[in-house]
Amino acid sequence: MADKTVTPFLIFWHKFKRQKSALVAGIFILLLVLAAIFAPVIAPYDPYATDYSLAMMPPSKEHWAGTDVFGRDILSRILYGARISLAVGLSSVAIGAIVGVTLGLLSGFFGGFLDELIMRTSDVLFAFPGILLAIAVVAILGPGLVNVIFAVAIFSIPTFARIVRGNTLAIKESLYVRAARSMGASNSRIMFVHIMPGTLGGAIVYFTLRIGTSILTASSLSFLGLGAQPPTPEWGAMLAESRDYIGVADHLTIFPGIAIFLTVLAFNIFGDGLRAAFDPKIR
Amino acid sequence: MLKYFLRRCISIIPVLLVVSILVFLFVHLLPGDPARIVAGPDADEATIQKVRIELGLDKSLPEQYLTYMGRLFRGDLGKSLRSKLPVAQEIALRYPPTLYLAAASMAWSILFGVFFGAYAAMHRGKWQDYTAMVVAVSGISMPQFWLGLLLIQLFAVHLGWFPVTGFTGKWKELVLPSLTLGATVAAIIARFTLSSFLDVLQEEYINTARAKGLVERVVMWKHAFRNALIPVVTMVGLQFGFLLGGSVVVETVFAWPGLGRYMIESVSVRDYPVLQALLLLYSFQFVAINLIVDMLYAVINPEIRYK
Repeated sequence: MADKTVTPFLIFWHKFKRQKSALVAGIFILLLVLAAIFAPVIAPYDPYATDYSLAMMPPSKEHWAGTDVFGRDILSRILYGARISLAVGLSSVAIGAIVGVTLGLLSGFFGGFLDELIMRTSDVLFAFPGILLAIAVVAILGPGLVNVIFAVAIFSIPTFARIVRGNTLAIKESLYVRAARSMGASNSRIMFVHIMPGTLGGAIVYFTLRIGTSILTASSLSFLGLGAQPPTPEWGAMLAESRDYIGVADHLTIFPGIAIFLTVLAFNIFGDGLRAAFDPKIR
Repeated sequence: MLKYFLRRCISIIPVLLVVSILVFLFVHLLPGDPARIVAGPDADEATIQKVRIELGLDKSLPEQYLTYMGRLFRGDLGKSLRSKLPVAQEIALRYPPTLYLAAASMAWSILFGVFFGAYAAMHRGKWQDYTAMVVAVSGISMPQFWLGLLLIQLFAVHLGWFPVTGFTGKWKELVLPSLTLGATVAAIIARFTLSSFLDVLQEEYINTARAKGLVERVVMWKHAFRNALIPVVTMVGLQFGFLLGGSVVVETVFAWPGLGRYMIESVSVRDYPVLQALLLLYSFQFVAINLIVDMLYAVINPEIRYK
């Protein structure tokens, strides 16, 4: 260690790798991403191929997770569903983060009227509980996955803005920012070079945790019939289809649910690990 | 303190105003002509024109907004397109079941959440801590509709302990839906209580309390627990809004005769006066809860008051 420079990344990695469960969650996410990318290669069957002679077969050697009402292979549908869930989760949070972080920085840095405006607007966004806002957006735009992405993105914005604003307020008064200002650094330089990196820790943690929540919300919307439409192999939509066969074919309910649960769990544990690793109070 | 309350009350007026404008505009954001939607798919041009005048849709937007607000203050939320009944009446019918569900969920999620959070904090680093937190993070990651379906599968269909769906006023019918709805919130409260507790335990006065020889139990319950609960109060209040919103999914799963399921039904049949009213109701409710939470917080935490 003596001849190695201690970079912030090394400190982070040293703290992160101690969290075994977060490491496992990270590996799970990696495998899930790979499974999503290579779904056409590894899926044993066509996720859309129906075969009524095989309808609602329990798990077997040929169909590990059984088949659904139309005789479609559930495992293949879940693998393809991973593509949808990951894409929806990532893209909606990315949109929310970019807008939210920018607004939070501006709000915290400039204060005054701009701050009031941004914060009151985010109060209004907060005034619509997440899923209700999403439902309202879908009611306007119409059902469908792309609209769900926007609906879910909108309600990540206020939280990103608040986190970043709070950190910006704290960092703005710190000695090093005052030092930078006394040296004549411009507002935008102070904002993006000196303040933003300090606020990103919180934003990154929230980003990861938010992916889980977004996947959950998106699949809820699909479950309610507002997101992905049949025959799309979306996990929430698959569960909606299973609802009429509770007690008749339990495997229809179990496997898509496990997929959502484990995916969201992995992102949440991973996010918690990041939070601990970024926390300067923990050594 | 009174001044703070007043200021806080005034500060929500612009929020409510913006919400009402957004909700009002909601109808105009919908694709298609609202008059055509109201008149129905088979209406001819003359009928549509008649409906347009009847609804005041031929007037300018600000004029329409004022009319809308005027009616709102008289408690007139319009008529449902589907049932032709006043929306206010339809909502009044479905409000109690949603409230029962939210209250039952809240009650047991506070109970479990605060208990397990505090328990984990007191056993920091031991197996009790890990178990409690694994359960909590699982609760947060659990899709409510899946948990609901699993509970129905196990306790209603296979074991037959509880009815499958519906609500006619019996407490037995409340058990599975409130467990489902409360699971996430219980987990959130548990995690929040834990972290709040751990923050408090690092404070100087905890060291002082220990140094002066107090028993650990007294340190924990008298000094740490009470202070740790301050941020939890805020959290719990905010979660109530979440519960009222989250009931949309749970009510659909359990065929609950409340507002949440009504909302989903209204989306699918495009009953926009109902949607408008529900959005308004939900957001006003949420703003009101926020306000109450802020005031409670000021009562508990004197630091806020004097700022």
